[in-house]
Amino acid sequence: MKAAILLFPGINRERDMVLAVRQSFGAEPTVVWHKETELPAGTDLVILPGGFSFGDYLRCGAMAAQSPIMRAVKAHAERGGYVLGVCNGFQILTETGLLPGALLRNAGLRFLSMDTMLRVERNDTVFTNKWEKGAVFRAPMAHGDGNYTADEVTLDRLEGENLVAFRYADGNRNGSARDIAGIFAPNLRVLGLMPHPENLVDPLMGGTDGKPLFDALAAA
Amino acid sequence: MKAIVTVMLKNGVLDPQGKAIGHALHNLGFPQVGEVRMGKIIELELAETDAAKAQTAAEDMARKLLANTVIESFKVEIAA
Repeated sequence: MKAAILLFPGINRERDMVLAVRQSFGAEPTVVWHKETELPAGTDLVILPGGFSFGDYLRCGAMAAQSPIMRAVKAHAERGGYVLGVCNGFQILTETGLLPGALLRNAGLRFLSMDTMLRVERNDTVFTNKWEKGAVFRAPMAHGDGNYTADEVTLDRLEGENLVAFRYADGNRNGSARDIAGIFAPNLRVLGLMPHPENLVDPLMGGTDGKPLFDALAAA
Repeated sequence: MKAIVTVMLKNGVLDPQGKAIGHALHNLGFPQVGEVRMGKIIELELAETDAAKAQTAAEDMARKLLANTVIESFKVEIAA
């Protein structure tokens, strides 16, 4: 699995993502600047890390969604390539239309910087097959706009097609519809989530709860 | 020609900022305040002399970038 990690101005989690990928994949990912128009040849997985791309101007992820590299990411996704978006990366994927819905300001208006627990809703995907279905794991979150929303028809479709990847398992602090923390695209090859599995991949970080995500991708 | 684009959260979409403003106004002694909704106004200077064309262009811009129509609605007004 060859990974490319996208870097937009204002993104600040790309090094965490490099570390997580390096550790599980045993290979170095390529960091790709947003002004590029092509992904590195042979890219299997595109990762959009967290941060505050373009200062969250206008809406979180709205500016990054218009960056030149995103045209290549859309083509990659249309070809069935793997895409992972975490936190601001998830927001960019919804702004791009690669995932449905939107992320609003947290219902309580506070920026949430704390650990949360996530429940794995299905484990028959390339992203989640190293977990048991229903497993609950710890993931740090750090966001001001993580309140997942979509119209009722879209939410029903996500549930009906089993496209909810993770739900908050220890309380819904940001107000997300139906406790949704992460979702898949219909082909199960695009995943977006708000919390940060990449920040718990080494005992030195305080745990390895997030490592199964990267181990699963490495084995794909 | 100037286009003024007003972007608001759609009805039914939770507006926590509007709620917080409402609470603050009550605390300031304005009990008559009911629901508060917050949005944004974007002013565009357009190199355009035809109001209809300016309207169409600004609406296109709103749909493509200025508003996220999943959660927001918008209104375009043309000012001379």
